[in-house]
Amino acid sequence: MAKVLMKGNEAIAEAALRAGANNYFCYPITPQTEVAEYMAKRMPEVGGVFLQGESEVAVGNMIFGAAATGKRVFTTSSSPGISLMQESISYMAGAQLPCVIVNIMRGGPGLGGILPAQSDYFQAVKGGGHGDYRLLVLAPSTVQEAVDLMILSFDLADKYRNPVMMIGDGMIGQMMEAVEFPDKDADPKPPDESWAATGAKDRKPRIIKSLFLDPVKLEENSWLLHEKYERMKKEEVRFELYKVKPENEFMIVSYGTMARICQTAIDELEEEGVSIGLFRPISLFPFPSTQILEEATKENVKALLTVEMSTAQMMEDVVMAVVGNRPVEFYGRCGGIVPTPEEVKEKILEMQKTYSK
Amino acid sequence: MKTEEQDIQRSAFVRPDSMTDVVTHYCPGCTHGVIHRLVAEAIDDLGLRERTVGVAPVGCSVLAYNYFNCDFLEAPHGRAPALGTGFKRLRPDMIVFTYQGDGDLASIGMGEIIHAANRGEKFTAIFVNNAIYGMTGGQMAPTTLPMQITTTCPTGRDMNETGHPIKISELLSTLTTPSYIERVSVHSPQHILKAKKAIRQAFQNQVDDKCFSLIEVLSTCPTNWGITPTEATSWVEDQMFKFFPLGCFKRPDDGKVK
Ligand SMILES: Cc1ncc(C[n+]2csc(CCOP(=O)(O)OP(=O)(O)O)c2C)c(N)n1
Ligand code: SF4
Repeated sequence: MAKVLMKGNEAIAEAALRAGANNYFCYPITPQTEVAEYMAKRMPEVGGVFLQGESEVAVGNMIFGAAATGKRVFTTSSSPGISLMQESISYMAGAQLPCVIVNIMRGGPGLGGILPAQSDYFQAVKGGGHGDYRLLVLAPSTVQEAVDLMILSFDLADKYRNPVMMIGDGMIGQMMEAVEFPDKDADPKPPDESWAATGAKDRKPRIIKSLFLDPVKLEENSWLLHEKYERMKKEEVRFELYKVKPENEFMIVSYGTMARICQTAIDELEEEGVSIGLFRPISLFPFPSTQILEEATKENVKALLTVEMSTAQMMEDVVMAVVGNRPVEFYGRCGGIVPTPEEVKEKILEMQKTYSK
Repeated sequence: MKTEEQDIQRSAFVRPDSMTDVVTHYCPGCTHGVIHRLVAEAIDDLGLRERTVGVAPVGCSVLAYNYFNCDFLEAPHGRAPALGTGFKRLRPDMIVFTYQGDGDLASIGMGEIIHAANRGEKFTAIFVNNAIYGMTGGQMAPTTLPMQITTTCPTGRDMNETGHPIKISELLSTLTTPSYIERVSVHSPQHILKAKKAIRQAFQNQVDDKCFSLIEVLSTCPTNWGITPTEATSWVEDQMFKFFPLGCFKRPDDGKVK
């Protein structure tokens, strides 16, 4: 199919349809409302389900009910809305239900602001809701990648029967880029008869639940989930390297659109004779820790820099990944202010002075 | 040929197909079990078991899924109507019912039930009003009667501090969309028969593709009311009826509303 110029939010919506996800529940919130508006128009064309719920608490639980049918279902929201969905996310993880949740992040905490941020990293990667569970978390850096990861998200949600979250900052949602979609809409996925609630005809009743009053059973369920997360760590690590080579003295770790800004900084630094590469995690859970350690401990690397639109959240995972083998520094802006390539460059030049002594 | 006596025995003692053969965990004199049975009988009568999905609440009936012989979802506290909405929207061919207590539906889940009712979601809501939080040990509910003693209003519910009992059936019947709302009771055989009719009608509406129906059932909680089961049945009539009059607040519609 030829490339089309599309806004990130609309491309995400269209990608879901191409993945055969014809069921969408939402509540309006900037900066992702275009997804809902796009879906309101498109869903009737594909004969799917579109519903605007009364709150994100309700929407999360509508997704819960919908996911129990075994069909593909998703929602999109932004930071404060995602906070309200944590109840249902925890329940769905516990009950092993697949679904896709997109967070187009804005600045927080609280009502915060409406401009791009990456300050929901902890919420996405470290839980958010209660209990021993993880989400598979993916972070695109271009609109095309948002499309590709959106389609992948549905496959992964089905593969693991677990909620998958795609997080992008407001920029991903708002910017227009040329994108290519798979040729045609996938057919709506038929319900998975092996676990979905489809009616107890010629079989025993099926109960979709996260309640296990017997501690032995609950522990069993927790270890079962844990095994799944361990499998994700083996099979679903995704990342991209940019200008990573043996002579690099520094390595930036950055994700999402922030990583693109770092690329510009790296290009300019290269011209000034600084040897530096970028490690861009695409899966935030599972986090590419082993791979970061491997790159970080290459002979010439003096230090790492994480760059985020937050006050250092992913940095904690980077520090854990390098287990003290290299210093890890941080540069970030937040509240909707995006670090410029110049700021990143300046930080690296400063580090060069420190670490070349 | 079956004698009338056998018929009566059958209806009194045979377990409905839609119930499992297990002993419930409900306290002696609790009418949750009676309400379960009425729901199961309605599902049986209409031949719906194989395409029915129930949504259990958080409350004493959280384990309802163990007692019904059909597929079930276990919802977060108060969110059964949202789960019911999501499920039924994707599977309009199936029969969906929620079963919720008064803490679940009238307190934490008030938003979900009002909007599901107002959108005219095509599921059946069974609302069990026992004027108290049973599962957590007898705290005040939004439906607790004035001056009723609970563990969180030990000197009686003070209306100046906590307002008056919320009348869900009356409240929801102010909405234009819902097709059927009735309040019934199960504290005596006559009332049980009336309740059965109402619950059956609420499921029939769903079969007929009519929108949202809710049956509020006044129920006993002798354990947390601190009285005997026999006293509890009188308490329903003597005390609860004053605030929760029985009756149909919205008739089964003619299909025109939505
Ligand atoms: C989010 C959340 N808050 C509180 C609770 C604790 N809780 C469990 S059951 C319940 C009250 C249930 O009362 P009701 O709905 O009246 O049902 P009953 O037990 O009387 O049948 C509460 C507050 C919970 N499980 N989840
Ligand atoms: S605590 Fe009350 S509502 Fe719960 S089972 Fe016992 S009597 Fe019934």
